[in-house]
Amino acid sequence: MPSKPRTIIEKVWDNHIVAEREGAPSLLFIDLHLVHEVTSPQAFSGLRQRGVKVRRPDLTFCTVDHSTPTTPRSLPIVDPIAATQVAQLEKNAQEFGIPYFGFQNRDQGIVHVIGPENGLTQPGMTVVCGDSHTATHGAFGALAFGIGTSEVEMVLASQTLLQKKSKSYEVRVEGTLKPGVTAKDIILALCAKIGIGGGTGCVFEYTGSAIRALSMEERMTVCNMSIEAGARAGLVAPDEKTFEYLKGRRFAPKGEKWDEAVAKWKELVTDEGATYDHSILIDADSLEPMITFGTNPGMGMAISANVPDPANVTDSLERESLRKALVYMGLQAGQPIAGQKIDVVFVGSCTNSRMSDLRAAAGVLKGRKVSPSVRTMIVPGSQEIKRQAEAEGLDQIFKDAGAEWREAGCSMCIAMNGDQLTPGQYSVSTSNRNFEGRQGKGGRTFLASPQTAAASAIMGVVTDVRTLA
Amino acid sequence: MKFESTVTQIQADNIDTDQIIPARFLKTISKDGLGDQLFFDWRYNADGSHKADFILNTDKAKASKVLFAGDNFGCGSSREHAPWALTQYGFQAVISTSFADIFKQNSLKNRLLPLVVSKEVHQQLREALEAIPDLQVSVDVETQTFTWPGGPAVTFTIDAFAKHCLLAGVDEIGYVLQHEAEIAAYEAKRFSTLNTLAS
Ligand code: SF4
Repeated sequence: MPSKPRTIIEKVWDNHIVAEREGAPSLLFIDLHLVHEVTSPQAFSGLRQRGVKVRRPDLTFCTVDHSTPTTPRSLPIVDPIAATQVAQLEKNAQEFGIPYFGFQNRDQGIVHVIGPENGLTQPGMTVVCGDSHTATHGAFGALAFGIGTSEVEMVLASQTLLQKKSKSYEVRVEGTLKPGVTAKDIILALCAKIGIGGGTGCVFEYTGSAIRALSMEERMTVCNMSIEAGARAGLVAPDEKTFEYLKGRRFAPKGEKWDEAVAKWKELVTDEGATYDHSILIDADSLEPMITFGTNPGMGMAISANVPDPANVTDSLERESLRKALVYMGLQAGQPIAGQKIDVVFVGSCTNSRMSDLRAAAGVLKGRKVSPSVRTMIVPGSQEIKRQAEAEGLDQIFKDAGAEWREAGCSMCIAMNGDQLTPGQYSVSTSNRNFEGRQGKGGRTFLASPQTAAASAIMGVVTDVRTLA
Repeated sequence: MKFESTVTQIQADNIDTDQIIPARFLKTISKDGLGDQLFFDWRYNADGSHKADFILNTDKAKASKVLFAGDNFGCGSSREHAPWALTQYGFQAVISTSFADIFKQNSLKNRLLPLVVSKEVHQQLREALEAIPDLQVSVDVETQTFTWPGGPAVTFTIDAFAKHCLLAGVDEIGYVLQHEAEIAAYEAKRFSTLNTLAS
């Protein structure tokens, strides 16, 4: 009897059910648990109090990224609280026998960058991390989502998670992106379209010709910001690009096991006739480079557009939110965003800190100078990316242009590691959140692609890369 | 879980976890002392003094167990520091028309009730508070009811397992660890084929 057609989301879910009891959520097995310094210390304390070990240290990996400075590694961590937190993870990793890519390790990097880079993230896996951008790993056809610290403790102790099934949401992107329009613009457009709560309770599956055309790194950029549209996870069914990316990576299967794995992975597609709970169609041809103007990632628009007017919003709470956002951002209703003066450009974060992002920024900056009034920070996502970029000479392009070339970490995505805006400053940032104070108290963030960020760095104002002479 | 309380209002949609507790306070390795950092950047002036007009700085709010906010409360990061800070301040429930998924999970694990009401009830409660700012509301998890004098009798939904855990004080990790045999059986069955990381 043919089985009922299923989405890839259902297939991965079904493969991981350990137990189902009446009146309780499903108990789901977790294939990969990534751990970083910020959301784990209280979980390890919990294990100690219980006298419980980490069940599967072989499926658990630690790195430091969030509170870790991006200054030269020869310098100590000057913030004593951050230094304690980083030291605590090292201690916990040692005590519980977990692999640890520490501060001085050549594989250190942002948790969502090093997972794929080392071949840890593989199709069909369940991946969790105490971090909401875990959705990044969905680019490989994994069911990957962020969890809280209590859940981190649960997974450390049992390698399983009590979880209720999410709804499925197809995000179909059809067509061809125009020059200057990137993966970042696809996801910013989705956030603008459905709002930051639009995907609440759902897992996205990204489908369509425009998604198939993206590289693995670009798919990671899209999946990364699923949470910014409210979805807990977002994934792309694996294909030849996925396999090619993974082949030969450190933790990827080898030899016969590789062939076996690829055969399994090929089954991870949504069956014909399977249905989703929600769906949306995005026309790739009509997309423009996007930029945010407000204080959440859903407040975005085409870079050529004007800032919306709260007077045109009917819902009173929404109107008030928009009005407050514009006050915080220091913007006027109806003004163009292009030409807005900026102080900082940040190229980095788990959204846009990979080789293709750095190459894109370098492509714009090559032979040009950044505006003397703009501080431009280029922060690779991992030490491996840093080495690779230096081997290609990208670091020299950045330095020649007057930009800073820093060590790997979250940096100015989160303002808890020394890299931050000062009150009132404007940034164009390739990161994923423009919440009030996200990049430093009082700081004001415009989210955009690496191309837009680089063009804006040169001009000193928000700039559409397509208008650059 | 049953309580009466006045209501503390922060009427904004999409209140994100960076507002609830800014990232710079996440460098701690303990769960303590977060109540003072709740809504820090909305609550304190640059010199560390209280902003007199911010609601959380009033005695009334300090005595209140219920926070009443706009749509999509708790969006953003997975930081459990958000419910830790809210409960340490004294809140036992947050009322909104919807909650971000991870925040909701984190809250239930910390005995903070994410109480979802319809847009209509949200509006009614706002109007009632406008008329009577000291309005006392009642929350009862057992019967899943939320009421106030002169208001409608609202039944709220809560996942059956979460309700059971809240009322019986179930330690979820302890509960999961009782599945040892099933976890071991799953591992034995699956690692031979799919998971290539397993040693
Ligand atoms: S780069 Fe930013 S979003 Fe990504 S993990 Fe680090 S802090 Fe989180």
